[in-house]
Amino acid sequence: MSNQDNKSPAGSGSSILEAPNILEFPFSRSTGPVIGEFMTRLRAGEIVGAKTKSGKVIVPPTEYDPETGEDIEGLVPVASTGVITTWCWVASPTSKHPMDSPFGWALIKLDGADTAMLHCVKANSASELSVGKKVVARFAENRVGHIKDISYFELQGGN
Amino acid sequence: MRDVAVASFAQSQSVRRADETNEVEMLMPVVAEAVAESGIPKKEIEFTISGSCDYLGGVPFAFVSGLDAVGAWPPISESHVEMDGAWALYEAWVRLQHGDIDTALVYSFGKSSLGNVTEVLSQQLDPYYLAPLWPDTVSLAALQARAWLEDGHSDKEIAEIVSKNRLNASKNQYSQIRSQISPQEYLERPYRVDPLRIDDCPPISDGASAIVLVAGDRARSLPQKLAWIKGIDHRIEPHSIGARDLSVSVSTRLAAQKAGAIGVEVDVCEIHAPFSYQQAIISEALGLGASTDINPSGGALCANPIMAAGLIRIGEAAQAVMDGRAKTAIGHATAGPCLQQNLVCLLKGGN
Repeated sequence: MSNQDNKSPAGSGSSILEAPNILEFPFSRSTGPVIGEFMTRLRAGEIVGAKTKSGKVIVPPTEYDPETGEDIEGLVPVASTGVITTWCWVASPTSKHPMDSPFGWALIKLDGADTAMLHCVKANSASELSVGKKVVARFAENRVGHIKDISYFELQGGN
Repeated sequence: MRDVAVASFAQSQSVRRADETNEVEMLMPVVAEAVAESGIPKKEIEFTISGSCDYLGGVPFAFVSGLDAVGAWPPISESHVEMDGAWALYEAWVRLQHGDIDTALVYSFGKSSLGNVTEVLSQQLDPYYLAPLWPDTVSLAALQARAWLEDGHSDKEIAEIVSKNRLNASKNQYSQIRSQISPQEYLERPYRVDPLRIDDCPPISDGASAIVLVAGDRARSLPQKLAWIKGIDHRIEPHSIGARDLSVSVSTRLAAQKAGAIGVEVDVCEIHAPFSYQQAIISEALGLGASTDINPSGGALCANPIMAAGLIRIGEAAQAVMDGRAKTAIGHATAGPCLQQNLVCLLKGGN
């Protein structure tokens, strides 16, 4: 709607008032005790999951058991290696995507976790990816406590 | 439960870009048609509710302007859900259960053309773990498609689904993609986001829809054929897509059980599956057999006005009952990434 508001009627000259429409989200989010701890540990190059009362490990962690809604017991470390549980291949990345060249999205179940996390996988082509393939997280050099502290996953043993 | 019926349904032509009309202008003829067809005078509508999404227009409280399509003076009793109109219909159904009113207008609208919708919707996801990665809707659907394929299925099954929807859409004047494709042609198409081909993905659509619900004796006093809501329920799964099995839809199955839609003979089922693979997953969850005509409209795969496409499924299913094409029909709607939340509405004819 605002797109149309900004349009001046044809031939109306410069007397029409115009205002920029800047879309923004001017708030800071607090991450809380679970996501905050996950991000802090990620900055240190570690990945943690949430242990539920039933003993499952949820990665990335939530404050509650996604099956029952119960509080979690605490956070436990998991490995930075895991397996692909499903994947797809982006042949033409957009400017917003985390990779510049063709890449895979995958759900990755880290070793020690019972659920999978979404991230991108660096590979040369779709033919290199398959369900069950072992991958390893590659951490960014400058980490700030953000999901992109993991730059990407890559096939274990190299491509 | 109080008897509630769909008394009328209207929808706009689904188009790629409704540049010349804003949301209100898109809605007005649709709302006017639904009200006129219902046989209920406008001033006797006791509850009004809409479903829409501020993210599409990029404007907070954009739904308030949508009210201009209805006219809110003198003051009306009104509500809104930031969801597909199918969930607005659910709220209207609950409101009618209170028993003090008999009539409700439900409408929904979406202009997906205002931004890059596959990117815009990624910003509705989990803001810590998902949104910063910008996983677009096509990529997420592709992850689900792969999960289904890995469960022992083949894209040849999908080829049939795509071809059938396109054939049906070619006969639906409101649909957007009207060209046909054979299963063989489909299988020869390149991948867009492997394993999804372009024909597995919905078009970007602008559109609107409206339904009038009428309850009890007020409904029975109407002259037209009605589609009675015999059961309606919606269920949700964990928001983390990695915490659930994407190859099945347990929330659809549960909603269908609660709505009494399992084990009944269904003549027509309208499945809200913007992506072809989702239709296979939902069809399986509903336990549909060969005797059910799935998506005679061509479905959301061929016309996908976001926020209206689910309500259109209920409307199309109800219309099949009202036209006498079906004795029993199901309208299904979905919301969230990878079929996170699902609604099932069982409709029947008769009195």
